[in-house]
Amino acid sequence: MDEYGLKELITHVKAGRLSRRGFVQMMVGLGLTAPMAAQMLASAGVVQAQSKLVYKPTKRGGGGALKTLWWQGATLLNPYFAVGTKDQDGSRIFYEPLASWDPDGNLSPVLAAEVPTTQNGGLSKDGKTIVWKLKKDVQWHDGKPFTADDVVFNWEYAADPATAAYCIATYKDIKVEKIDALSVRVTLAKPTPFWADAFVGVRGMIIPKHVFEPFKGGKSREAPANLKPVGTGPYRFVDFKPGDIVKGELNPTYHMPNRPFFDTIEMKGGGDAVSAARAVIQTGEFDYAWNLQVEDEILKRMEQGGKGKVDIVAGGDIEHIQCNFTDPWKDVDGERSSIKTKHPFLSDPAVRQALNLVVDRAAIQESIYGRTGISTANYLNAPARFQSKNTKWEFNVDKANQILDAAGWKRGGDGIREKGGVKLKMVYQTSINASRQKTQQVVKQAAGKAGIDMEIKSVTASVYFSSDPANLDTYPHFSTDIQMYTTTMTQPDPELFMIAFTSWEVSSKENKWQGRNITRWRNEEVDKLYKAAEGELDPVKRAGMYIKMNDLAIQNVVVIPVVWRPRVRAIASKLKLEQSGWDSDFWNLQNWYREA
Amino acid sequence: MSKYFLRRLLISIPALLGISLVLFTVLALAPGDPFEELATNPNVPPEVRANLRAQFGLDDPIPVRYLRWVTAMVKGDWGFSFVSRINVSTLIMQRLPTTLFVLGTAQLFGLLVALPIGVYSAVRPYSFFDQLTTTFAFIGFSLPTFFTGLLFILFFSIHLDWLPFIYRADISATGWRWAWEMARQAIMPIAVLGLFQGAAMTRFVRSAVLEVVRLDYVNTARSKGLSEKATILKHVVRNALIPVVTLVALQIPGIFTGAVITEQIFRVPGIGSLLISSILSNDTPVIMSITFVFSALVVLFNLIADLVYGWLDPRISFR
Repeated sequence: MDEYGLKELITHVKAGRLSRRGFVQMMVGLGLTAPMAAQMLASAGVVQAQSKLVYKPTKRGGGGALKTLWWQGATLLNPYFAVGTKDQDGSRIFYEPLASWDPDGNLSPVLAAEVPTTQNGGLSKDGKTIVWKLKKDVQWHDGKPFTADDVVFNWEYAADPATAAYCIATYKDIKVEKIDALSVRVTLAKPTPFWADAFVGVRGMIIPKHVFEPFKGGKSREAPANLKPVGTGPYRFVDFKPGDIVKGELNPTYHMPNRPFFDTIEMKGGGDAVSAARAVIQTGEFDYAWNLQVEDEILKRMEQGGKGKVDIVAGGDIEHIQCNFTDPWKDVDGERSSIKTKHPFLSDPAVRQALNLVVDRAAIQESIYGRTGISTANYLNAPARFQSKNTKWEFNVDKANQILDAAGWKRGGDGIREKGGVKLKMVYQTSINASRQKTQQVVKQAAGKAGIDMEIKSVTASVYFSSDPANLDTYPHFSTDIQMYTTTMTQPDPELFMIAFTSWEVSSKENKWQGRNITRWRNEEVDKLYKAAEGELDPVKRAGMYIKMNDLAIQNVVVIPVVWRPRVRAIASKLKLEQSGWDSDFWNLQNWYREA
Repeated sequence: MSKYFLRRLLISIPALLGISLVLFTVLALAPGDPFEELATNPNVPPEVRANLRAQFGLDDPIPVRYLRWVTAMVKGDWGFSFVSRINVSTLIMQRLPTTLFVLGTAQLFGLLVALPIGVYSAVRPYSFFDQLTTTFAFIGFSLPTFFTGLLFILFFSIHLDWLPFIYRADISATGWRWAWEMARQAIMPIAVLGLFQGAAMTRFVRSAVLEVVRLDYVNTARSKGLSEKATILKHVVRNALIPVVTLVALQIPGIFTGAVITEQIFRVPGIGSLLISSILSNDTPVIMSITFVFSALVVLFNLIADLVYGWLDPRISFR
């Protein structure tokens, strides 16, 4: 689908022939993100849809205790150090951003009075400045007013390298000035099509200037408020024990009327995912459990006659297999998978195509993931009528055999194919995780039938996903032929995801394996498209370019998407809330309530 | 004796240094770093991870890092956690009360079960009671705690729905309600640990008493007309308990470091669960402190056990 196709679809949405949600889903199916799809609609003047959840309580408080369970407890409560989602969620109870991402990818204002648009003058035509108008009469938990100074301070705090904020990239190249007490201007370094990053979502939680000012830069670790947050959120801080528990109580001066509903909130950590699901669904000891990496069969069994249910929400996480385009077994100047080499057989498109055909996604979904992993050829299964030919998947061992035969890969005496002395023997690596090891088995078996021999390798997650430049087993080193893992795509803009296919990002010894192109695949067209998209301000044109890049990567079988992994949470039957796949679990915590 | 004490104390310094060196080297050589979650998120540029590594000194050579650690430790600075960026000592002090309560009670519970049962079955060996308790003791220490823990949860929490299986260190209630809630949530982890400890200890007490009960001086005590009760309590148990006391003293360091598996199952926020989560996230300063404190306690309580032994049994002299 190109720019014109997209424009046509948008006119359908405008005319009401296609639902807003349908459009968003389709775009996600094409490898984009919901926020980006929403941005396209906004630029075409389609009105934002209302949130599904209706908040019924008519007074503040009286809801008793809200008990939530995170099987990995929050370890810190400063949003700028909040590396893991557990820490971001813990911080989000107390801190709020200017705006959050709703399930459809729309910005919904929190501390902002309104979302900046070109229509209300918040966005400049050249895409370089954004004016945020802040909400009036917002108070910090200690009673001090929230003003533009706080927002400016947050930029100074995060952009200072000595602070060591994990989201420094969001803040270091922008400039933030105060216009008046309740408005700020953000100036971007270059025209940026996707401007909503700073002060938005999980990386945009605002901390108070009067509390953190003495602890900017090198002293950031010493701030007492790192452990005792003072925010603007619906709940005030009560107690925090790292890795164990976060407790909060109702904020009587919260800036939204009749909110929050609950008198206290508790976020308990520790244990494992299965017993967390059990505590919510079966015994009802807790109201909400996070990230249930549990086999669907077990969840289904718990749900029968239970006190809670499983809630599954679309997000952008994709479990995929990567093909190595360089030779992982040859050492060049102390570096394996060096860009100076070529993979002995994966550089042959026929082999990659055959590989794509032996991944039985239907079986993987059915027997391993169930509702918690949906088979995909792309970054989501878009409705069939919009699926392009390039993004269809097929499981067909016969066809794989034909392709390999045609390409001259002949079966040897041991049943393994070879050509010119090169055998189709590969090592398939992933992290240790029951579902992943089962997936490896399914793929290995089918590959065997096509004359491809696979050796399975699994690495402990804490090693595999580490950034240790000295360890060969990390995923950016990619010292095997193929590997599999999930990229979490919670960021609202696909730009950073697509950078993984550009030639200047190849992970190598030179950049200490910090480059983001793990497959080491290089393609001129992708490079050109990426550079063009960087400065393209028309969201529709830009979306077209990303779809094209995505298609190129899929067509060339650089990556083989396996399953799309939605967010899986357990919720008590009477608890009412709305999940968003593009923001923190607590993105609209103020609206959570329990039905009588 | 004070001279002996002092000498032992001085000897333990090189021992502890050696232990710390081994621990540190093993941890430093172990692969991985604490920034796993930054890795799969394409939104976080890799430079951020590189910066954090440099800032936390992870890129320095191991000897430099070890020296830095030792000098800080000598000054009483245990460093800060890479994951939560707060001082390790704060982190440990937060967890210690829970661990002390749960494990201390379990240990006490185990002793209370083991002592009377062990003594009674040794006095009447191979009686029905002895056979019964021996069977149960074998079952008790053959079943691992993770199994009995899950069994308890399945039965008491899910099947009967009587007890909560998630332990919360700070219950918001006060007074009697607090005590009730606390008892309800603590009973399962304490029972699991206590029964396991108690089973092993019963066997130990039994064999210790059995050894003493056959000795001539016990017969002498009986023949001089002492009541059975007085014989057992004053003459048998007192002597038989000497090795038991040593055993208990040697188990005390374990109370401080927690029970990794049981704490994980019941979500008891103790030192054991801190240790396991730190290991999983490669939080070296925390792992280092906990393991080092544990080894220091083992060395210390070995010394205490030796001293107590000498005090209980005057035949042993310190030289």
